[in-house]
Amino acid sequence: MSDDILRMRAITKTFPGVRALHDVNLSVRRGEIHAICGENGAGKSTLMKVLSGVYPHGSYEGEITFDGAPGRFADIRDSERRGIVIIHQELALCPQLSIAENIFLGNERSRRGLVDWNRTNHEAGLLLERVGLRELPVTTVADIGVGKQQLVEIAKALAKEVRLLILDEPTAALNDEDSAHLLDLLRGLRAEGVTCVIISHKLNEVASIADSITILRDGKLIETLDLATDRVTEDRIISGMVGRDLEHRFPPHEPDIGREALRIEDWTVHSPVQRGRAVVSGATLSVCRGEIVGLAGLMGAGRTELAMSVFGRAYGTDISGRIYRDGRQVEIRTVRDAIRHGIAYATEDRKRYGLNLIEDIKRNISAADLGRLARRGWVDDNEEYRVADQYRHDLGIKAPSVLSVTGKLSGGNQQKVVLSKWIFTDADVLILDEPTRGIDVGAKYEIYSIINRLADAGKALLVISSELPELLGLCDRIYTLSAGRVTGELARADATQERLMQLMTKEQPR
Amino acid sequence: MTTSLLGRSLNIRQSGIYIAFALIVVLFSILTDGALLQPQNISNIIVQNSYILILSIGMILIIIAGHIDLSVGSVVAVTGAIAAVLMVEYGLPWPLALVITLIAGGVIGAWQGYWIAYYGIPAFIVTLAGMLLFRALTLTVLGNQGIGPFPDPVRTLSNGFTDGYLGNIGLGPLGGADLFSLIVGALAIAGMAATQWRARAARLGYRQSVDPLPVFLLKLLTAAAVIIVVVVQLARFKNLPWVLVLLALLVLAYSLLTTRAVFGRQIYAIGGNLQAAQLSGINVRQVVFWIFVNMGVLAALAGVIFAGRLNQAGPTAGNAFELDAIAAAFIGGAAVQGGVGKVVGAITGGLIMGVINNGMSLIGSPSERVMLVKGVVLLAAVAFDVWTKRRATR
Repeated sequence: MSDDILRMRAITKTFPGVRALHDVNLSVRRGEIHAICGENGAGKSTLMKVLSGVYPHGSYEGEITFDGAPGRFADIRDSERRGIVIIHQELALCPQLSIAENIFLGNERSRRGLVDWNRTNHEAGLLLERVGLRELPVTTVADIGVGKQQLVEIAKALAKEVRLLILDEPTAALNDEDSAHLLDLLRGLRAEGVTCVIISHKLNEVASIADSITILRDGKLIETLDLATDRVTEDRIISGMVGRDLEHRFPPHEPDIGREALRIEDWTVHSPVQRGRAVVSGATLSVCRGEIVGLAGLMGAGRTELAMSVFGRAYGTDISGRIYRDGRQVEIRTVRDAIRHGIAYATEDRKRYGLNLIEDIKRNISAADLGRLARRGWVDDNEEYRVADQYRHDLGIKAPSVLSVTGKLSGGNQQKVVLSKWIFTDADVLILDEPTRGIDVGAKYEIYSIINRLADAGKALLVISSELPELLGLCDRIYTLSAGRVTGELARADATQERLMQLMTKEQPR
Repeated sequence: MTTSLLGRSLNIRQSGIYIAFALIVVLFSILTDGALLQPQNISNIIVQNSYILILSIGMILIIIAGHIDLSVGSVVAVTGAIAAVLMVEYGLPWPLALVITLIAGGVIGAWQGYWIAYYGIPAFIVTLAGMLLFRALTLTVLGNQGIGPFPDPVRTLSNGFTDGYLGNIGLGPLGGADLFSLIVGALAIAGMAATQWRARAARLGYRQSVDPLPVFLLKLLTAAAVIIVVVVQLARFKNLPWVLVLLALLVLAYSLLTTRAVFGRQIYAIGGNLQAAQLSGINVRQVVFWIFVNMGVLAALAGVIFAGRLNQAGPTAGNAFELDAIAAAFIGGAAVQGGVGKVVGAITGGLIMGVINNGMSLIGSPSERVMLVKGVVLLAAVAFDVWTKRRATR
């Protein structure tokens, strides 16, 4: 048993009114990649916060043994001194500082109180080489993509001489290419003897990289699987996480496709930041009533940019092309125009662009079409309550009442509020950008059911997703986007993950 | 269980300001041996703070939208000067001069609103520049001297009282009181009770949860009692100050605007999450532009009232008024990052500072001590707000 670098025994953590962790045991072997899986709220993050000292020793029950000695951490610095480094889902980098400055933030290479810049940049360069990031150490972090920023975070951890690296959803914001690179890097670190704990929703990744998997549900340990000895499949993990056999991850749906609702022709959008760079080039696509159309593409392919530029030019400059609604060409210059023409766009980033988190459910649902609840500029707030309560009921928003503040809801319920808001505008065309991002498996199924019901009601749906199985399970037709161009259009029957990936990575003749 | 706890803490956050106000009034009543609540003193508190209260109504809208206005003191000065020039030097009829002054205030607000909303310069910078610009303009117009006196009707609006239209009535041991003022007070209470009751009935009709009847009645009775005390005391002194009538109308109108009007609700949406508001089709620039125009108009109104009260427009008028107005809004429960705040809260915040000013001067405290207490109260109010918020999220 001496090969365990970490042992957490009988960890129980309670918050007022909630038991977040109940008698959880976790053993991590030296030099392995250990995945922790569970639905949102299963206790994964809480467990990691206990481990890294965010919740100090004494605020929980149970014992931690790290590297043979008891681990009683008072705070994060305490655990970092022992070589435990946690990288959170939301990256903690200072965007205006250079890569090198970020790597040695709080850990500066200095001599007598003054920063030694030569040493800082030199050592940063070595670390960047180690994580396979080809950027100059003096480059500003704001100028590199999310995928590269993730690598900077890892370099930062390596600078602290990490022995146990904890990654919380490291690939959630990455495209497949960057994800693959990150996973390779983790394998490399494993070979160097760094132990990794990885929290992930992406089960295929987990299955491909992990040596063992611990599954949590409702704050309890369900099981720890050893991939060398146990036969582990995605379905096995899912059934452990949700506590039921999820034979059908997607609700069955028979499409009833009608007339064309939206067509975009020769749509070109330029970047507002980089002058002259086309983010979307000559894109043409259409969606019919009752149809669910997918839009697949790697990060940076221009999916969100395409959607937002169509939605009242909310993104981009120098936009050209034509939009047809129900066969008639329309001019859409503002978000209000878009809403008036029956187009809705539910953003990929609920918290930043979708919701007023300090406001209640009711006022969020009415926000995009408040005028409909008003007579001569005065809002009928009783009617507003009734409408919102109807959506709470219809979409199954789990909250005590529509007066609950949206910031306190789970991701799935927040997404339902966003959907309610756009359904309330009575839009015929709904563009849903990553509708199930950061949502647990059970709630995803509910979102899929809502999308199917909208299609059955004659709405046209354009769904953007990074998860290919989701597009394959949900959509009637899928477009692929690569470097701003539409590279393919596949009917559901013809589409496979391999075929889509091929089209998504297709190089364009310049 | 957690939700009921949360509900209670939210309640404390919302009603804390009123409880604090009540405690401060009780405290100073004791310290001043009741002088605070004497008829003339109540009238003084209202008249002396009227312009700050008017400014705080405009300010709370701006703060809810996530902006700030540092220029209102200078705008008060320059509009007072404009009114004085029009009324005193050009001899224009006072209603016309008043309208022109209010329009001038609106133009000033539009100037600042343009740079903030359409040009994208932070309000802090634009209004800091405005603070200098409009003070400079005041000095240019006035040439470093005061202009006065103002026509009687303007002075009456700032300083005067309603006439005893219906004569006096005996109130036993309290002595004589103005019947008209009492009737206005009674009508205000009846109106409040009727609208509250109708709103409650409508909510019940939609099967929403409402305060239980005893709580509802208690709240109503408390509000009625406050109105009765204030109105009776005023009726015993010199009837109703005209600025109180004006303030009551403004509070009513702006409360309606913020709670019920589409425009008002859009202000909250913008302050709560700017990007989400934009992507919900709210014309953010237009809304921000108009709340600054509105601030300009209210500052002009405050400018006329302040000048009328001093009976002269002076070059130093309105100095540091912006700080009092901003403090009133934050003491009244506005959130620093925007999206939260109430008109009634800002008024209460302004009154808290007014009562502290007045009470401390009654007991003869030096002005540095008054400043000290006001500073501590502002910090404590915002700290309390942050603390309750932090507790609620934990």
